[in-house]
Amino acid sequence: MVELNAHTVVFAIFSIITLGGAVGVVWNRNLVSSSYWLIFSLFGVAGLFVLLSAPFLAAVQVLVYIGAVGILITFSVMLTRGMTQIKDVFNRQSAASGVVAVLLFVVLLVGVVLPVWGPSGALSSAPASDVVATTAELGVALVDGSQYVLPFELVSLLLTAALLGAIVIARDQDK
Amino acid sequence: MDVCSINNIARCLVNSGFDPALAQFITILLGVVVVASFPLVVVIFLIWVERKFAARIQDRIGPNRVGPYGLLQTVADAIKLIAKEDITPAGADRLVYNAAPIMAVMSVLLIWAVIPFSPIHVGVDLEIGALYFVAVASIATLAIMLAGWSSNNKYALLGAFRVVAQLVSYEVPLVFALLVPILFASSMSMQDIVHAQSGMWFFFMAPVAGLIFFISSQAETGRAPFDLLEAESEIVAGFNIEYSGMKFGLFFAGEFMHVLTNGVLMAVLFFGGWLGPLVEQAPIILGPLYLFAKSTFWYLLSLLIRNTVPRVRIDQLMDFNWKFLVPLSIVNFVVIAVLLRLCEALGIAPAAANANDFVANIPQTLVLLLGNAAIAAYVLNRLRRAGREQRLAEAGRTLAAVGEKAAVAH
Repeated sequence: MVELNAHTVVFAIFSIITLGGAVGVVWNRNLVSSSYWLIFSLFGVAGLFVLLSAPFLAAVQVLVYIGAVGILITFSVMLTRGMTQIKDVFNRQSAASGVVAVLLFVVLLVGVVLPVWGPSGALSSAPASDVVATTAELGVALVDGSQYVLPFELVSLLLTAALLGAIVIARDQDK
Repeated sequence: MDVCSINNIARCLVNSGFDPALAQFITILLGVVVVASFPLVVVIFLIWVERKFAARIQDRIGPNRVGPYGLLQTVADAIKLIAKEDITPAGADRLVYNAAPIMAVMSVLLIWAVIPFSPIHVGVDLEIGALYFVAVASIATLAIMLAGWSSNNKYALLGAFRVVAQLVSYEVPLVFALLVPILFASSMSMQDIVHAQSGMWFFFMAPVAGLIFFISSQAETGRAPFDLLEAESEIVAGFNIEYSGMKFGLFFAGEFMHVLTNGVLMAVLFFGGWLGPLVEQAPIILGPLYLFAKSTFWYLLSLLIRNTVPRVRIDQLMDFNWKFLVPLSIVNFVVIAVLLRLCEALGIAPAAANANDFVANIPQTLVLLLGNAAIAAYVLNRLRRAGREQRLAEAGRTLAAVGEKAAVAH
């Protein structure tokens, strides 16, 4: 069923990067090393986006998660000194979070993956090339009144509110 | 039977009995090697150029012992760097420590993949070329963070924090300035951006955006007057303090390459890239020639600024970015977008048929230029007034202090 060609091999490499990086994130006791593994993992996701003919998402993935996560590391180091040297691999909520993670995985599998791409799913018979959109189409979709303009504007508003909120919190009280 | 040349290697290989897939692979591999090695080779001579240039400004002669005119000085330096002992500090995160310099060079080299050298020679003409440039350039920030953290040295870490703050801040005006050529070309592909300038170079339509791009990329490189990360004369070095030998050399080479890359990007985004007279007839010779002639201008200007402008303080650096460049770049982008739409609505914009005609572009360019001039006049006026107020305030403080002293003496 699965053909062994360049595409499959590259997919396997990026999957290993993504999953291996994710294991590195949770298995590492040093917060900073964890964030490096996170970057490694997200880089793999960027590779998967390229394989899916979504270069725009791949570039944004690299820009946001490598450019911005670098900054996150800076702040995690500066603000959470104690967190950089954790001794235990598991904390007290490990059992509860394990259950939640498994539940989420099952919900995604049953609710999203199987109905859409499963054996009798909506898109199971459509070849990948038929659902590929160009970057220009993505741009139009974001500002087209009949498509995603409302969610797009809502997200913009949310981000602006977050930005203003951060400024208000960080501001000196006496000024 | 056609003659084998750089333009038809793949076809030549197939004709001489290669498998088509293999021939394609060899061609791509060759392209990657050429595009990636070119800046690395050029940087050897650029370091010589830069040292000679700095020497002349400082009334010295510069390198003049190794080879004619000291041309081989950098080669000797490179051999020295490779031969040096490779020291890894105790307690360093070995893997990250070794990966950081490679990533620093990689982030610059990756930009060259989307630079169009001629109408047909471009590493890969991505439809998201400009975004790709911003994305891979942000890897440099990460490399510096990794280097500072993994060195296990508090000075390196502090240095890295400062650099990251600087680089991230200056990315904002850089991206806003980059949006202007994208707006003009209605495409993010570098090749499309060059083609869109065949009527008029974008710098004449948006000089303010061009200058913002140049200033921010100078800051992204971390060179004087923005070289707080290094500040040779005061703090010796920042994030790279623990690096020695060729690993230090890689950071160093990355910085020098970045300056040339900035020049090339200025040429591509604002000065028409490989465009020039007769370029269609001899694209392979004239295209790169025009591109590098234009790049050299910005490269030398960058050297001139580096060697003549004093270093700014960290608070001045941040103020200059967040209170000046960022608002200016946003206003500039909005004004240009509105003017562009206005030109379209009034019918001043050149029609699609004669977009490549110089004369047809003149009215729209004049309107945009006028908009730019208005922004520049307002900004300069504001700056003059702010400077004057500050000088007066300082003079007032001095006078008050003198007055107090005089009162005490009485």
